[in-house]
Amino acid sequence: MKNDDNLFSSWSRRDLLKSLAGIPVLGTVWFAGAKLTGDAKREKQFLLETLNIKAAPPPATGPMSGNPIRLGIIGFGIRGEQLCRALGFATKEWIANMKEAAEKNPNDTRLKEFLAQENLNIKITAVCDIFDVNAERVIDSFSTPENKVTRFATHTEMFSSGQVDAVVIATPDHWHAPMAIEAVNAGIHVYVEKPMTHNVSETYSLRDAVRNNPKVVFQVGHQHRQTQSFLTAMDIIAKKTLGHVSLVTTNTNRNDDNGAWQYDIHEKASPETINWDQFLGNAPKVPFNKEHFFRWRKWWAYGSGLSGDLLTHDYDRINCLLKMGIPASVTASGGIYTHNDGRNVPDVMQVNMEFPDYSTGSSQEPGKEKGMTFVYSATLGNQFDRGTHLMGHDATMDLGNMITIYADARSTRYADLIKEKRIDPMVPIYQYNPMANATDAVTSATAKYFANKGLLWTYRDGKRVDSTFLHMREWLSCIRNGGTPSCSIVEGFQEAISAHMAGLSYKLGRRIEWDAASEKIIAKPGEDLDAALLANQEKVVSV
Amino acid sequence: MKSSHFTTGQNNSLILLRILIGWHFLYEGVLKMYNPAWTAKGYLLSASFFKPFFAWLAGDTMISIVDTLNIVGLVAVGAALIIGLKIRWAAIGGIALLALYYVAHPPFPGLEQGPAEGSYWIVNKNLIEIGALVVLYQFPAYAAFGLERFFSRKKAEPAHG
Repeated sequence: MKNDDNLFSSWSRRDLLKSLAGIPVLGTVWFAGAKLTGDAKREKQFLLETLNIKAAPPPATGPMSGNPIRLGIIGFGIRGEQLCRALGFATKEWIANMKEAAEKNPNDTRLKEFLAQENLNIKITAVCDIFDVNAERVIDSFSTPENKVTRFATHTEMFSSGQVDAVVIATPDHWHAPMAIEAVNAGIHVYVEKPMTHNVSETYSLRDAVRNNPKVVFQVGHQHRQTQSFLTAMDIIAKKTLGHVSLVTTNTNRNDDNGAWQYDIHEKASPETINWDQFLGNAPKVPFNKEHFFRWRKWWAYGSGLSGDLLTHDYDRINCLLKMGIPASVTASGGIYTHNDGRNVPDVMQVNMEFPDYSTGSSQEPGKEKGMTFVYSATLGNQFDRGTHLMGHDATMDLGNMITIYADARSTRYADLIKEKRIDPMVPIYQYNPMANATDAVTSATAKYFANKGLLWTYRDGKRVDSTFLHMREWLSCIRNGGTPSCSIVEGFQEAISAHMAGLSYKLGRRIEWDAASEKIIAKPGEDLDAALLANQEKVVSV
Repeated sequence: MKSSHFTTGQNNSLILLRILIGWHFLYEGVLKMYNPAWTAKGYLLSASFFKPFFAWLAGDTMISIVDTLNIVGLVAVGAALIIGLKIRWAAIGGIALLALYYVAHPPFPGLEQGPAEGSYWIVNKNLIEIGALVVLYQFPAYAAFGLERFFSRKKAEPAHG
């Protein structure tokens, strides 16, 4: 103590004060920072507890053990090749291209991710592709010394060969149902690309076939059902976070030739390398046409246009969340405005689906709110990202890879919190980024910027999540371990009927109604709905 | 550097500058310290310059060390500047941290800028703060305000037996 006294003895009080004056500044800044962070944390916690949303990824599907499943591939075009990669089979050319890409750009991890993918314990034993080049690529790349891939001229021969337990159908739309029905009746498990069917009547036939063969595992290729945020979004709806949802807006925005189905025409395409009659199937007989073969999505005879090709993804994604089923009525409009190149399916299309009795729950007096419109809006001439929005009286959900919820300024449920300034309608009240470590009620502009760039994403179990892989894995798991896939015949039936109603409304130029009691699309006297839908022309004049 | 070489106004200006920069560093550090969800990962991964280096820092093995060091660095530099202790070391530490922030997202023409509250071309606020710390390094201004004064007195006039 004596020393201390001596230490300060030569100092004036003023000197000492000056020396220690920094300490209160330090304390003040520290206290302010700690308090502000603590307050923000408490507010965030309060909001999260108020909303009580359970953020959870979907549970993993069952084990892939047991004997390998013997798989047949029908259609090895663009989508067929993607599906095979999701199953763990890439062509030699793709691997070579990806190796080269990774050497050029170390950030290109496509090959690395493919190689890291879980082995699904399957064998590709058979292929059916009516273009020689595609079939040979499968045989060349996927055959092993123990397992040579067999090529079949037709799907019928493949199904009766006894060489396949399950089949992946990635053909033009007009072949989906005929092949799926045959496969199901032969007891073969089916993964069929969307849309499930190409016309109305075969939608019922396929449903009958699947119902009559309950042991067959049937999955429609809507991989969006595997989106990691799906369960969280369902919980958000169940907790009435949004209030009564009166409007859902979805869209497709593309602006390039590939997006408008102007695919490459292979140099080796000829009547000698393509089985043209087998391609046509039930479509109108026309002479060999390379463009029809490679760009089949552009014609109603083989494809389903925006309503079958892309609306189905958005419809199914929302149906998976809201389970609203088949709309009471559908109106559609649009035209061929961006790619007037001989196609007869529209490239700009707006579809309104009405669900007059549907409700997600209400925070207002009973009976005031009921009914919802699902809007699908598409153009192949602009790719501005418009997002998917579920608009409720109390809040709006922005549904993408991330889920972001904004309270509505006129909400009933949040009125008090908005008044107390604990909720700002401009700032999200909830945000779920399935790839991030933390659930955020309020996110800073900077964090949002990084998250939107996908930079804060992590990998599940060290692997990037690919929804197509998960969707096929779910199908294979149901084959091995039992259970019903998430997009089975019930969901597929709703998807197909809703899409056909949109296509019919466009072609017939009128409102199309659904009779829920008889499960029928209402036709006018003398009207043949399938003939109108399949007619290989842009619009049909209603009788 | 003796404070007696400066006028009172010059001295006070340097002290003010030191407190302001210290305040800024400390507050940034404390905010990050009390927010467990904070990480520099996004900032590092979106670096527009020296990408491989910053990607390495953002990697799984490095990121928690980087986050901790950043918080410790910000708090230590901030506290030292405010209380006036080891000002020159603090200035060097501060310059090093700011240089990393600057180099990861330099406001060079043609590079993506990310979120910013103003408009910058080559010179941004990180660079200006680096400049201010260079001034503090050259003119530490500890004699008039801060704990360093305490020790300098001690050295100049050793305590009596």
